[in-house]
Amino acid sequence: MEYFSQQLINGLTLGSIYGLIAIGYTMVYGIVGMINFAHGEVFMIGAFIALIAILSLFAASITFVPLALLIALIVSMALTAAWGWSIERIAYRPLRSSFRLAPLITAIGVSITLQNFVQLSQGARSKPLPPLIRGGYALTENNGFVVSLSYVQILIMATTVVLMTVFSLIIGRTALGRAQRACEQDRKMAALCGVNVDRTISLTFVIGAALAAVAGLMFLAYYGVIDFYVGFVAGIKAFTAAVLGGIGSLPGAMLGGLVIGLIEVFWAGYFTAQYKDVAAFSILAIVLIFLPSGLLGRPEVEKV
Amino acid sequence: MTGIAEPGVVAECEATGVMRQGATSAARDAGIAILLALALFGSLVGLRTDPANGGLAVTVHLAKAAGLAAAVAAVRFLFDVLIWRPLDGGRTLAFTARLSARAKLPAIIAALAIGAALYAKGGLRTSLIEWASGQSWLAGTLTDLLTFACIAAFLAILAMAAARALRLFLALLSKDPVGKVPEVLTDKFGREFPAALLAIAVLLPFLIAGPQQRYAVDTATQILIYIMLGWGLNVVVGLAGLLDLGYVAFYAVGAYTYALISTELGWSFWVCLPLAGLFAALWGMTLGFPVLRLRGDYLAIVTLAFGEIIRIVLINWQSFTGGPNGINRIPRPTFFGLPFERSANPSFHSFFGLDYNPAYRIIFLYYVILGLALLTNFATLRLRRAPIGRAWEALREDEIACRSLGINTVATKLSAFAIGGMFGGFAGAFFSARQGFISPESFTFTESALVLAIVVLGGLGSQLGVVIAAVVLVGGAERFRELQDYRMLIFGLSMVAVMIWRPRGLMAGRTPSAFLHEARTISGSFVKEGRG
Repeated sequence: MEYFSQQLINGLTLGSIYGLIAIGYTMVYGIVGMINFAHGEVFMIGAFIALIAILSLFAASITFVPLALLIALIVSMALTAAWGWSIERIAYRPLRSSFRLAPLITAIGVSITLQNFVQLSQGARSKPLPPLIRGGYALTENNGFVVSLSYVQILIMATTVVLMTVFSLIIGRTALGRAQRACEQDRKMAALCGVNVDRTISLTFVIGAALAAVAGLMFLAYYGVIDFYVGFVAGIKAFTAAVLGGIGSLPGAMLGGLVIGLIEVFWAGYFTAQYKDVAAFSILAIVLIFLPSGLLGRPEVEKV
Repeated sequence: MTGIAEPGVVAECEATGVMRQGATSAARDAGIAILLALALFGSLVGLRTDPANGGLAVTVHLAKAAGLAAAVAAVRFLFDVLIWRPLDGGRTLAFTARLSARAKLPAIIAALAIGAALYAKGGLRTSLIEWASGQSWLAGTLTDLLTFACIAAFLAILAMAAARALRLFLALLSKDPVGKVPEVLTDKFGREFPAALLAIAVLLPFLIAGPQQRYAVDTATQILIYIMLGWGLNVVVGLAGLLDLGYVAFYAVGAYTYALISTELGWSFWVCLPLAGLFAALWGMTLGFPVLRLRGDYLAIVTLAFGEIIRIVLINWQSFTGGPNGINRIPRPTFFGLPFERSANPSFHSFFGLDYNPAYRIIFLYYVILGLALLTNFATLRLRRAPIGRAWEALREDEIACRSLGINTVATKLSAFAIGGMFGGFAGAFFSARQGFISPESFTFTESALVLAIVVLGGLGSQLGVVIAAVVLVGGAERFRELQDYRMLIFGLSMVAVMIWRPRGLMAGRTPSAFLHEARTISGSFVKEGRG
């Protein structure tokens, strides 16, 4: 039981990170209808900017950890959002009216470019960061097995809950959210009604990138080590999460993220760690066979 | 009356006003670009994290970041004033257009002359790298590429002329020479181009001699593997319209099939080759069944997942696949039972009474992959005309219409996966036989992405496009090997640039496979995707 609860806590933490990345995929898919393959790389860039910011702050002798984390978070969100905006502007917007595969190919191109860019500018070796936040609560103890909930895990889950709430409010209550939902339903009609479609799509990429930056900082704080390749695996997992939850659905992305995180952690905990990715992908295939539009996605209506 | 100026003056005033406006807005845009570029590169390039005494330390490289940002702004400004909002009234654009229109014939003649001169001098025969090594690196590569381009153009034109001469000869011999000869003479060279490429491909090992031969034939073999993979994937993506992001799985299945059977059971390459194709096709069917109901992007992610699953299983199933260490000492293919080793008896060279030369094996492998690739091409072209090929293309254009017309979509999709997979399996078996060693590292997602990029950049569904894209991407990557670090960066950037420049791929024209009176090439934008 203790083992189970510990795995549950770990799985929820990992799932929160996946969920935040998955939102970027699902939002872009909902509005533009493309797989933003480079989103995993945006997450990696967010993690790197956060790492650079934290190290620079420490070098500038700002060693109060909460302050450093907060500044790193803001800097990383702002700069990663700039990356997200630029990627959309340069690689996706010119191809928006083109055929389905064109933006997918540029997305793969952007992904390769960003990976190698970071490898060149920051070096190929992995970057370890000593744990910033130590300690945690011991929840229960039984036969020497301690179920612990570390402060980092609390921070990650709390931030995710707060961000999700804010984000749902933005989508549900503000003019921007209304414009986004309108573009999602019918871009042409939204444009006719006076919605600035280009701006809305740009903002979608900006928000997605900012959330990916938060996930990047969390990943850095949780695992304490990143490299230029970290975005690929996390990106695929997050995209799997988005598809699992029903692509285009925001609560679905979060749910999918949690499910993927839990599957991975439980599989690694109870079976073999090597095959945890196989488990996640197999679950995805099985779910899609029986629920082709994902867990919370709307069933696709065939229009003739 | 006096208040009204002459129309010409008004137009001129307006023109200067527009130009001034254009200049200021271009400068403003460049300013924004430099700020944005500073934001983008400032942290990632300007501040580098390096390991230092147990932890990480930040070193500042501000000049690098500033230089990059300035370069971005300069490029943006030039594009602005020359192309997007031409300040010179579009004169530069018109000039380049005129130049490219008029320079065609002189360029062909120049290429012919330079190519002939170089070839006669033995330019390709002596090592090109040696020849260019005296110069600086960039100049060396440029002259290298130029030399290569000139000789390639020379050979292509020569082959095209030879093919045209052959056609003329045949027309003269035919029953109606008066009707046919002018037809052949006025024909465009579009038909001869593939024939010329084929002729060069067949003759390649004999066109180059000396120390360059091995390198050139090896590179050509590498390119041909990707051409074959591209043609195989073209069946799935270009013809049937099923987006497959895990094509490398078929390649891996073929490669491991040959490697395992040959090392464990000792069967020959020529027996294993059909088996590798069969297993890959079976894997295609296995993959196809669960994804039958999925469409578009869901299909893409599941194929990607299957590709990853194969790789993870290959890494972790140590007892069967050798794990991350892979399988080595895979036997090489033999020439009708004659091996190419020096010590074997009877071997290829002793049987034919030749001296031992390692080049024989390389040339033999080259012809094997050339034959396999041509088989793929031939089969694809024939299948396209068969009912199954028509069904693939119909499925790609409209699945619902397809079902309404009574086409069995299940069989159509599965056959596309199976046949595309089979070609991938052949290529994989060849790959492992050529390398003699395989490991899961050769079958990553990057490989799938590269093959898909070849297919899409070449022009979906276009067989010739695949060839051109593979030569450019794989050959280019091979040529820039010294640049290792920057190679993949340039590769990614050029993928984006080519896609924006020509979204329909390099060969954007499409020839419908079903037509009323005659086949006419149409723009790629008339079809959903692919060729048809």
